[in-house]
Amino acid sequence: MPKIFTPKVVTANHLLAGDVIYQTATGWTRNLNEAEVLQDEADADLRLIEASQQVDTVVGTYLADVALSDGVPIPTHFRETFRATGPSNYAHGKQVELV
Amino acid sequence: MYSYSEFDSAFLAERNAQFRAQVERRISGALTEDEFKPLRLMNGLYLQLHAYMLRVAIPYGTLNSAKMRKLAEIGDRWDKGYGHFTTRQNIQYNWPALKDVPDMLDALAEVGMHAIQTSGNTIRNVTADHFAGAAADEIADPRPVAELLRQWSTDHPEFQFMPRKFKIAITGSPNDRAVTKAHDIGLRMVARDGARGFEVIVGGGLGRTPMIGKVINDFLPEADLLPYLEAIVSVWNQIGRRDNKYKARIKITVHEHGIDEIRRLVEKRFVQTRATFSGVDQQMLREIEGHFAPPTFKTASEATFKAAYHTDPVFRSWADTNLTAHKANGYKIVSISLKKHGETPGDATGDQMRLMADLAETYGHDELRISHEQNVILPHVHVSDLPALHAALKDAGLATANIGLISDIIACPGMDYCALATARSIPIAQEIATRFDDLKREHDIGQLKIKISGCINACGHHHVGHIGILGLDRAGVENYQITLGGDHTETAAVGDRVGPGFSADEIVPAVERIVDTYLDLRSEGEPFLDTYKRTGMGPFKAALYPETKVAAE
Repeated sequence: MPKIFTPKVVTANHLLAGDVIYQTATGWTRNLNEAEVLQDEADADLRLIEASQQVDTVVGTYLADVALSDGVPIPTHFRETFRATGPSNYAHGKQVELV
Repeated sequence: MYSYSEFDSAFLAERNAQFRAQVERRISGALTEDEFKPLRLMNGLYLQLHAYMLRVAIPYGTLNSAKMRKLAEIGDRWDKGYGHFTTRQNIQYNWPALKDVPDMLDALAEVGMHAIQTSGNTIRNVTADHFAGAAADEIADPRPVAELLRQWSTDHPEFQFMPRKFKIAITGSPNDRAVTKAHDIGLRMVARDGARGFEVIVGGGLGRTPMIGKVINDFLPEADLLPYLEAIVSVWNQIGRRDNKYKARIKITVHEHGIDEIRRLVEKRFVQTRATFSGVDQQMLREIEGHFAPPTFKTASEATFKAAYHTDPVFRSWADTNLTAHKANGYKIVSISLKKHGETPGDATGDQMRLMADLAETYGHDELRISHEQNVILPHVHVSDLPALHAALKDAGLATANIGLISDIIACPGMDYCALATARSIPIAQEIATRFDDLKREHDIGQLKIKISGCINACGHHHVGHIGILGLDRAGVENYQITLGGDHTETAAVGDRVGPGFSADEIVPAVERIVDTYLDLRSEGEPFLDTYKRTGMGPFKAALYPETKVAAE
């Protein structure tokens, strides 16, 4: 039985800053809340290919699972939670920008 | 301390210029990530979870005040005001931007430092006993040999594309503080019939397949060291497995072929390598030894130390815990704890680094060391200077009296930073330290080494912790496995896994149950490890899994 497709976002690290970024409909954002949520598998695969071709902007593109909370994407795995917010020992990461 | 020759400086300048051009080509898009990645890794630059990470080599953990100040400056200017000292005696910067890395490397070169071969399938930074050159129990200072190995292995043309990384550790003391038996090659300086040589241990390692190293040569004459090591690495480079990265380390090669066969192959190869060494390496070693001449030790009254020791209980507690016997009369080795309760193990701010540099210059013959246990060492301090030193450390939050105790925890960066991690390490270390500090029990508990890794690669040395903690991802939830009875010393042993893991909420209470069990069982003055060896796992398992006991009844 085929696996049911779950919502995803395209994520990567920014080439210059190295920080976590998410694909939007028109470019990239550092905030998961603003990411483009992909509900269709074929669409997700296509968007990932488009993203991975941007070799002078991003590094290490992949599809990350998300859940939707009031239409806003939230991580489903703790690794993606840390990527979205930053390390837990210092407020040195995105948690500063997200406040 | 070794000072760079013109050759060293020119080599580094050329290498940095080369990497600067590679970074420029990557930023312009002329190099793809696949092309750039091996180049950046050769220069210590990783891409981690939240940012790039630059790993800077601190050869055999030795620094002077100028180098430490430069590390502080780099942390302030290009990072977020701190650096992270690692279990391989290196420092990692967690937040550099790609475009700044060439400038960081040039800044390092100003004080004779680099990030070469801190990553990639090469011979990595050679680590050594952090008390080298100072310890009362030392046969000889291993650092000149470590420096010779650094020079031999850096950019060695035969050893740049090996099956996997290769790590060498060396100690000059019979009491092994360098974890030599858990390295690809461990070297223990020994004396026989008045001659100096090495016990050569091969095939140790932690990671997903932990192995205690085996003795391949119980007495290698000093002059044969480089050709013999070249023979070992060369044999492994040829027959080591390249089909599976998890089976590529020399520990697997030794395991699959057997130590006797590896010894035979090495001896055969050694005949060839030895013939190519003209003895110039020994001339270089003699020259290097001149750089490591011991400081001129002073004589002074010990009255101020004795007065402080008897009148100041905070100083006394620190002195009892953080000082180690020195080979010179009136001197002590000072361990500065980077494990303040609740803080990140191994982290130091730029201000703290500068203070430690100042203190080393004022009180410590301008020498500092980084220990694999992620602390900073001032190897040569006269006892008369200890009260003033302690006062300065206290003001900077660096006077925690916990060396070797339960809160002196090794922890890898874990999933807070590392892209390979499967769970977090740092918060677990912080919570354990805070919990036992709140209870004010750690001095009563005594010597107890907790080591935490956030994945199976074991950078946190969990296999050789008295209590080892391994963080894993179990169905999308952080889960922590416990091992007991590991030993990182000359009696090295891999710990035994106790049973199913614990959640992040359960792991600190689980450690507390282990400690309570030990306190109930121990005889007078018996350290944790001895109690565990005497009783075995049974009582600890019963304390950790009481429901299992009930089910069995």
